[in-house]
Amino acid sequence: MAFVVVLALVLVILNLPQAVATKAKLAVGSLFLPLFGLATLTRDLGQQAGKHLPPPSALIAELDRTRRENRELRVLVAQGDEALRENERLRQLLGWKPQLPWTTKPARIIARDTANWWRTARIDRGARDDLRPDLPVVSAEGLVGKIAEVGLTTAEVVFVGDPKCRVAVVVRETSEHGVLSSSSVGVLDHRLVDLTHLPRHTALKPGQRVLTSGLGGVFPAGLPVGTIVDHRSVGYGLYTEARVKLSTDTSRLNEVLVLFP
Amino acid sequence: MNGPQTLILLVLALLGVFAEAVVDFPRIWLRTQFNVLPPLVVYASLSGGVGTLVLLATVGGLCADALSGNPMGVSVLPLFWVGLALHWRRELILRDLPYAQFVLGGMAAAAVPVLTLVVLLTLGENPLLGWGTLWQILIVTIGGAALTPPCFSVMETLKRAFAYQASTTTPFPANREIKRKRY
Repeated sequence: MAFVVVLALVLVILNLPQAVATKAKLAVGSLFLPLFGLATLTRDLGQQAGKHLPPPSALIAELDRTRRENRELRVLVAQGDEALRENERLRQLLGWKPQLPWTTKPARIIARDTANWWRTARIDRGARDDLRPDLPVVSAEGLVGKIAEVGLTTAEVVFVGDPKCRVAVVVRETSEHGVLSSSSVGVLDHRLVDLTHLPRHTALKPGQRVLTSGLGGVFPAGLPVGTIVDHRSVGYGLYTEARVKLSTDTSRLNEVLVLFP
Repeated sequence: MNGPQTLILLVLALLGVFAEAVVDFPRIWLRTQFNVLPPLVVYASLSGGVGTLVLLATVGGLCADALSGNPMGVSVLPLFWVGLALHWRRELILRDLPYAQFVLGGMAAAAVPVLTLVVLLTLGENPLLGWGTLWQILIVTIGGAALTPPCFSVMETLKRAFAYQASTTTPFPANREIKRKRY
């Protein structure tokens, strides 16, 4: 009898319409919100306590380093601004559609996937912060993934390397286009993914940089994704597949940026 | 198993799933996270009734799915199947022996991910699988085996805390007690 009850319950849940199932998932996930709040508070308190620990000499050295880095970055930003203005001028001259700048919103990873066969995480931003599905998520190192499901205060991020996150990319040095997909090697090494749909004769070499191509419309073009590790011929020599080492180690990531068009 | 004990079991399942999602040990070093639900299912199947088992599998499974990429409800059936299999044979199991708890915890921890993957593949999902999955199942098995005896001792301690204490003294004076012996 109990078996029939559980089986019926599971069948009903599994056959719910997608929208209802997503809402049910978010509703059950919201049970953990107080615990997430408590964990974040504890972490913040720990970090604040840790800030008092370094000696003054270390803090002065850190300040000097930050000031130097700040000066260098100011120069780079000025150069970037100039390049952007030049780009806009040239676009106007050619009559091209102007490219709108992407804005970012920082978010903190508050939980990771409890199953070992998915690469997802939960961040502390949600619909309240204007998040919606398919927004790109990046870090300082490069592309991280995209937003999948959005609750009121939290959202699920699907990392690059998860079977549900495929990314159209281009190899910078050879201009060859391909699609990043999950790799069976990536079960243990989160940074390794497969680059598929490459042409038969390819000029790929280890160390070449892989960027988002902008095809597909989800990710903006030019975001760094990773570097080529090696490549092999598949399908009796008809295609080429390469392995890419992602620039971002998602297993150690704590903060991300959500990109808004 | 009475109401408070079942409630404690469900709260422990909730906290366990939360810990799996928040704590990075052993995920960063072993690329695998332990599953705390199988040890609780082993305890529930050997100490409680089918109702407790149904509640634990449903609540635990739904909570685990809510914090993962799994479709909702996928983890419920494997947890329930494993628990039911143990429940049917519970008269034959020496549940108080730590060795038996260790072995049963390991078996349950190995069976649950395998059955979950079977359910996922049956549903047409495409989970991340490879040779590394065997390593992950091995680590989950060892973790489940190691967690089961502590889970039993914690639950037994809580059970004693919420139950009437057994009387250790007799209401009769000691000099009025009839001592039975061979004459």
